[in-house]
Amino acid sequence: MRYSFLSILANGLSGQKGWTPTWRDAAPKPGYDVIIVGGGGHGLATAYYLAKVHGIRNVAVIEKSVIGSGNAGRNTTIIRSNYLLPGNEPFYEWSMKLWEGLEQELNYNAMVSQRGILNLFHSDAQRDAYARRGNAMRLAGVDSKLMDKAGVRAMYPFLNFDNARFPIQGGLLQARAGTARHDAVVWGYARGADRLGVDIVQNCEVTGFLREGDAIVGVETSRGDIRAGKVAVAVAGSSSRVAAMAGLRLPMESHVLQAFVSEGLKPMVDGVITFGAGHFYISQSDKGGLVFGGDIDGYNSYAQRGNLPVIEDVCEGGMALMPRIGRLRLLRHWGGIMDMSMDGSPIIDRTPVPGLYLNAGWCYGGFKATPASGWCFAHLLATGAPHDTAGAFRLDRFRTGHLIDEKGVGAQPNLH
Amino acid sequence: MSATNRNRLSAGGLIDRNQTRGFSFDGTRHRGYAGDTLASALLANGVRLVGRSFKYHRPRGIFSAGAEEPNALVELRTGARREPNTRATVTELYDGLEATSQNRWPSLALDALSLNRFLAPFLGAGFYYKTFMWPAAFWEKVYEPIIRRAAGLGRAALEEDPDHYEKATAFCDVLVIGAGPAGLMAALTAARSGARVILADEDFLPGGGLNAEAGDVDRQPAPAFAAGIAAELASLPNVRVMTRTSVFGVYDGGTYGALERVSDHLAVPAPFQPRQRLWRIVARRAVLAAGATERPIVFGGNDRPGVMLAGAVGTYVQRHAVLPGRNIALFANNDGAWRDMLAAQAAGAHVETIVDVRAEVAPELIAAAQAKGIRVLKGAQVIATHGRTLRSLEVATASGTERIAADTLAVSGGWSPCVHLTCHHGGKPAWNEDIAAFVPGTCPPGLSVAGAAKGILGLGACLRDGAETGAESARALGFTVPAHEVPEVADAAFALTPFWHVEGSKGAAFVDLQNDVTAKDVGIAHKEGFRSVELLKRYTTLGMATDQGRTSNVTGLAIMASLTGASIPETGTTIFRPPYTPVSMGALAGHHRGKDFRPVRLTPTHEWARAQGAVFIETGAWLRAQYFPRAGEKDWLETVTREVTAVRASVGLIDVSTFGKIDLQGRDVGAFLDRVYINGFAALAVGKARYGVMLREDGLVMDDGTTARLSPEHYVMTTTTANAAKVFQHLEFCLQVLWPELDVALSSISEQWAQIAIAGPRARDVLARVADGDVSNAALPFMGAVEGTVMDGVKARLFRLSFSGELGFEIAVPARHGAALAQALMQAGETFGITPYGIEALGVMRIEKGHVSGSELSGQTTAGDLGFGRMASTKKDYIGRTMAARPGLADPDRPAFVGFRPVDLSRRLRAGAHFLNRGAAPETANDQGYMTSVAYSPHLGHWIGLGLITRGPERLGERVRAYDPVRGEEIEVEICAPGFIDPEGVRLRG
Amino acid sequence: MRIPCPYCGERDAHEFSYLGDATLTRPDPAAADAEQAFHDYVYLRDNPAGAHEEWWYHANGCRQWLRVTRDTRTHAISGAAPARKSGEPA
Repeated sequence: MRYSFLSILANGLSGQKGWTPTWRDAAPKPGYDVIIVGGGGHGLATAYYLAKVHGIRNVAVIEKSVIGSGNAGRNTTIIRSNYLLPGNEPFYEWSMKLWEGLEQELNYNAMVSQRGILNLFHSDAQRDAYARRGNAMRLAGVDSKLMDKAGVRAMYPFLNFDNARFPIQGGLLQARAGTARHDAVVWGYARGADRLGVDIVQNCEVTGFLREGDAIVGVETSRGDIRAGKVAVAVAGSSSRVAAMAGLRLPMESHVLQAFVSEGLKPMVDGVITFGAGHFYISQSDKGGLVFGGDIDGYNSYAQRGNLPVIEDVCEGGMALMPRIGRLRLLRHWGGIMDMSMDGSPIIDRTPVPGLYLNAGWCYGGFKATPASGWCFAHLLATGAPHDTAGAFRLDRFRTGHLIDEKGVGAQPNLH
Repeated sequence: MSATNRNRLSAGGLIDRNQTRGFSFDGTRHRGYAGDTLASALLANGVRLVGRSFKYHRPRGIFSAGAEEPNALVELRTGARREPNTRATVTELYDGLEATSQNRWPSLALDALSLNRFLAPFLGAGFYYKTFMWPAAFWEKVYEPIIRRAAGLGRAALEEDPDHYEKATAFCDVLVIGAGPAGLMAALTAARSGARVILADEDFLPGGGLNAEAGDVDRQPAPAFAAGIAAELASLPNVRVMTRTSVFGVYDGGTYGALERVSDHLAVPAPFQPRQRLWRIVARRAVLAAGATERPIVFGGNDRPGVMLAGAVGTYVQRHAVLPGRNIALFANNDGAWRDMLAAQAAGAHVETIVDVRAEVAPELIAAAQAKGIRVLKGAQVIATHGRTLRSLEVATASGTERIAADTLAVSGGWSPCVHLTCHHGGKPAWNEDIAAFVPGTCPPGLSVAGAAKGILGLGACLRDGAETGAESARALGFTVPAHEVPEVADAAFALTPFWHVEGSKGAAFVDLQNDVTAKDVGIAHKEGFRSVELLKRYTTLGMATDQGRTSNVTGLAIMASLTGASIPETGTTIFRPPYTPVSMGALAGHHRGKDFRPVRLTPTHEWARAQGAVFIETGAWLRAQYFPRAGEKDWLETVTREVTAVRASVGLIDVSTFGKIDLQGRDVGAFLDRVYINGFAALAVGKARYGVMLREDGLVMDDGTTARLSPEHYVMTTTTANAAKVFQHLEFCLQVLWPELDVALSSISEQWAQIAIAGPRARDVLARVADGDVSNAALPFMGAVEGTVMDGVKARLFRLSFSGELGFEIAVPARHGAALAQALMQAGETFGITPYGIEALGVMRIEKGHVSGSELSGQTTAGDLGFGRMASTKKDYIGRTMAARPGLADPDRPAFVGFRPVDLSRRLRAGAHFLNRGAAPETANDQGYMTSVAYSPHLGHWIGLGLITRGPERLGERVRAYDPVRGEEIEVEICAPGFIDPEGVRLRG
Repeated sequence: MRIPCPYCGERDAHEFSYLGDATLTRPDPAAADAEQAFHDYVYLRDNPAGAHEEWWYHANGCRQWLRVTRDTRTHAISGAAPARKSGEPA
């Protein structure tokens, strides 16, 4: 069914009787051209673009739970393309361009909302670092604007300018950045892929790989063996576990990142703001909740929850930046498992095991990458070659030394 | 004042009729009593409409008497203390309380957006995912602003929160969460064993359900029994009773988060008291005795003000002596609700009708009801409600439909144990058929559950279970638990027939009252495939409101189960995320806000610098003197230029105590340094210092600094200010983990030693007047390092080092002598016009000299990039050596360190500008590198820069463009060697 | 999360800083396969879901590196031992 104003009108008048499943809850077939392991945003987007762009429709997305139950539904919904390094920036800008047309492409309102992201700086050195980044963005054809304190004050007069431990000196604005409704992105891609013939197989856990010689030719699952021409893994925090089934060790650790939402409030924060003197960033959802977060807890974890020190640290940052939020309340906090790579940047590549492809290492930045990650992974799977914008996301870069380390902290995932 | 307390019973209740509490709601003044909540006081004064719903802006009344409240959310207090979304049901009434309804315009009675109800047929679950897409640009400009304004609930304060918050940590053997019947008994038995016990309860009055209990316990009224036990507990030295304290989360290692509302029952906190206090309670064991929450039945019109949980009716009558209405009806599926009504009737309420979905109800209940003149309709269902606030119900019985007058409808669909905290480690509750509810599954380690929270319904059983669970917890810790007596209370059978939703009822039937999710919305989710509980929640927003679905989750699940034909446990479980109840941001932040956000580190000469007129700047945790302006100087540049000029012409001083300082002692220090620096240290002579560069194991530069050898087995190292802690930790790792066989002991001495640098051609003359010994070039040559004394006997370390390019010394003295040293140097240098300088001037001089600093040590640069390639020893292994050889790091095309000067010398340079070759298009592929540092050079009279550019050292003299579009600039610069002053180093060796 | 420091007693984890996998051994830089071995040492991790031996540094305490065994699925800590074995210089 195509969604439109008319479809809503008709169903409203008919007592909402005409709606149909957004995607089929498919049973697995014996084999596919491509199996994508992981029914998060990246896996579903990959399936969608495989079918849409490359005409490869004999595809299954295998999900151990229900789609979107991992990080796709546990993030703080920010989309942006304000990266520093040439290995990253063209990719994230491609993602931003895909976001900009996503809803019309999918006929699904993912509430892509370009209300801007403002990264605050608090020292001359930080200002220069943001100038470097803003200039790098301009070189890549991306919008960026360096704002002084007065400009920031005009945008967000309620920030703490006058009684701050680390006074705000200005900010780097990407006006085209913003947020999107995370679940809707998952559902929109699922619906789009489903309509192109992709099987979305839920409650189907991969327990091993089918092999012929060195090559992987399918997956063993809780719902039986499924053969495939290619197996593509997009399982975020579970990447090391799935790779281990294929005998691979990855340059990656799994860490917990907490996210937070306040009670619903009338509009007070228009865009996304990041604090430069602590671990805190914030936006406000259309429903009114303040959505905020900070740093990862900092230790390997597969438990989807964190601890008080980081919760306190995040709220301290919030109060330091926005002292008017003191009487607002944290409603919920939760954790997601991040695939923290060793240089803080992702991997979209074939693996040394024939037939096995990897999409991983998104750290805490995977949501914004969803469209381009799917596009580029599909491109790799369909053509055998990396997409132009993802050419740096190679698995062997750690061997060759072509690292993409935005923060410059080296091979220590909890610092990225 | 309104007809005050017209719904108040003349006697009874746990209120103090001698202590009145004046308050206002939406500007109308009312009066309540001590012991009231805002909700009970509103009901006492006949206020039934208290809020508007989230989506359809429907009128809503008070629904519960506890934390589960979905409707009665108000803005409490005003101005900077405004607290949106505050539950009236748990707000303790205080004198002068001001509350305002929210999410309505222009008024609660006439809310313009209540027109949404006419659109409701089109605004079903997820409608917004299917529309608002055309044209694309309209989302941000038109649709979204309207949605954002309509959504949200209360309004945040516009100003900074004026109140203070604290954080505290407590330790105990047994933490008991909830001071109801089970919690009180658990705390008591554990306490009598000698265990250290903390009993925390969210209410201001311990007792929980006992405070709403009509019967006797232990031959006294139930509330008096509760008060007696609470008093005994409070008298025990090993017990801390914390009322007004919500345990909101279970974290790792037996750490519990709790929020104590220290002053929320006052108009403003008392002087020096916080508003709230965040507790981290570390408990060896915990007993969860949080009780259970009643849940409603879903039927058409179930959101009309006047519809209320049956237990809440009981609480208002028994505890607050308030009649929620004049004419009460009950709609239920269980016996407990009947008893609540019978007790309410006995206390003075008028219960006219009981509607029960069950065809069979215990005869003694029916007899008891009829004896009190209550009409009983069995096998009947409420199918509609009428009135602006409730006036009447439509009830379907076997014989047809009839309309029954009632201004209050008590509803009960059974009870859901408060399993919330048991889920915080991922445990999933289990379905219990007997009570048709989820009960605790796997609990966090050390947590036991007692009483109603475990699914035990019945006062006597809860008392017994609490006592036993408390005893078990103490025993598990090795305490001997004395025999304990539990008061006998006969529990009536708990009979319930699961019933969730009146199908075919009229009007919107709400599952989630706060988020306006109807039974029909669950149906849409079912049709569209959002059937698993997680998808149902996310698609319909069921259970996502501020009450976290306490009264709606199970019902929603049950309705979905009935649609799919699966059982409730097959459909899913309800999982609760922390916090148990919302926690203020202020409490989680505590004192860490404003200027106190993070600690401030001050240098030993801070006060001296302040007296010199220094302007200070934050550098990490430190406050350092940025520059020392003098009267008449028009801007910082003039000041800094003066300071630099003074140093280069004569002498200046600066506190460099912020550098990391590490003391190394042992036989193997030289060998150790060889392994951590790229260059050799084993041959460093006693009395000499050497500059060194350290890599991370991945081959990139970590830090630089100097290390001096004071005696054969004693060295001191300096690190950059920014990396002081990181380097120390790294060295400890190397020693303790990698090479424990080395005889080296490390100590961080950053805090113990003050260090002041003096620089300039007159530096030695100044030092000579302060030092007790010989500081001639022969005694202390360039890169010399000696121990001695200054200022007539103060222990000191003297280093002949230069960051500025001038003749320079660094003098270290024990930190307490730092300020005296600064004064002594000022005095000694007076005749030379000694000038204190700040870190701006320091930065200018290091750029003039071409030294790398924080901007170049970005963690993204190799030793080769920074011009240290030839320093790296080829004769030894060191951290990072192997990985530094990778092709990506050894690539000769990498941007490398050089200097830059503007071609037009009048132009200013900017750090962060990127380099483009002349004529190259501004695009990523043509990016040659970037400017890392810039300064106006007083020595040269124009701006200079340092930066990294592809093959820089091979391109000296070449002109490129410094491209800086974010500041609207693009200028031509010439690549030059990075040393702009005295490249041969004549001055510093002078 | 609370770490039983063998020197200081049980302390909250926020006093410590974390480095990760403690089962790795720095390779012999002189070995023929040093480049490969260092790549594996610096970058590759087992990253197990379950028992994990890991380095924690008691930065705000005794400044000792501890080898902590912790379950990454539950965060339950089963032990902590000093990096330096007894008998070695401290």
